[in-house]
Amino acid sequence: MNVGICYSRIRRDEKLLLSELRDRGHEIEKIDVRKQTFSLSEPPEAFADVDVLVDRCLATSRSLYTTRFAEAYGIPIVNSAETAAICANKVRNSLALERAGVPTPATDVAFTKESAMDIVERFGYPCVLKPVIGSWGRLMAKLDSESAAEAIFEHKETLGHYEHKVFYIQEFVDKPGRDIRVVALDGEPVGAMVRKSDHWLTNAAKGAETEEFELDDEARELVAEASAAVGGGLLGVDLMETGEPQGSQSSGQDARESGYTVHEVNHNVEFKALNEAADVDVPAAVVDWLEDTVAGVES
Amino acid sequence: MADTVTAEDPITGEEIEVPADVEVGEIIDSPVTGAELEVISVDPVELEEAPELEEDWGE
Repeated sequence: MNVGICYSRIRRDEKLLLSELRDRGHEIEKIDVRKQTFSLSEPPEAFADVDVLVDRCLATSRSLYTTRFAEAYGIPIVNSAETAAICANKVRNSLALERAGVPTPATDVAFTKESAMDIVERFGYPCVLKPVIGSWGRLMAKLDSESAAEAIFEHKETLGHYEHKVFYIQEFVDKPGRDIRVVALDGEPVGAMVRKSDHWLTNAAKGAETEEFELDDEARELVAEASAAVGGGLLGVDLMETGEPQGSQSSGQDARESGYTVHEVNHNVEFKALNEAADVDVPAAVVDWLEDTVAGVES
Repeated sequence: MADTVTAEDPITGEEIEVPADVEVGEIIDSPVTGAELEVISVDPVELEEAPELEEDWGE
């Protein structure tokens, strides 16, 4: 098959994927999206011969538009534009999980600092303020006190891009010093790892230590449901352990008892850390899945 | 040690060693300045300063 890799930066993840594709003899079109132009009706020349496009754009904005254009041209792309749109935005991400009945931390949103303070007072301290669009644990704030909350809201309201005036506030989940990253293909886990840190942020990008994690049936079920909630694809599903079944962790009417809460699904998942931490070959699994995807499109 | 090739550091002009299997679009750290450099061509390897981190980058 001919696979178009849409990118603006070749990370270790893309390199692993390219290597696996080459080893299997697939044709590859490396497509630097910074060099493309997108018309409303005609695909860029670089898209002409591909069987499938793989969106690996590092920049979320580029990912969102590249996937939209590909679908407008009728060219298969993974992940889909809708999955990208849901996963790229924490509000949409949380709404999708909630709608699907997946346990997810209680989250409220407000548009002014006064209303945001109402949320914080309701949640109590600490609680967590996250940027609606953002990654790698950046611009996350643990709000420990009223004065800190007021100051952060004022800074965001005064200094930020308009998206920073959407205050996404989440209950603080007292996780056991780690969270769980699952890489999944259409809801089927490829592998999982815990990310451990003494810091409250446990992103691998923040230097957390990683270690393979054995998923139990409940976690597998939640991964499948979370994947379906955002439209499936190659995804990174992030879970936290709540310590005990805590249906109240979910803000929904149909909250169910669960030992986990799913805080996020990532559509442009980085898998190099999992590939090193766990006894799994993530790029091989991804290419298997791409081959099946293309076979499905062609049949 | 992995195979290396030489390329010119775009910031200092010095010859630096980079892995022989670099890809166009890959980022390497300059051994001279520590700055991130983007591979813009291979054979021969040409480098330029990598773009600054943007707010919407990530997973």
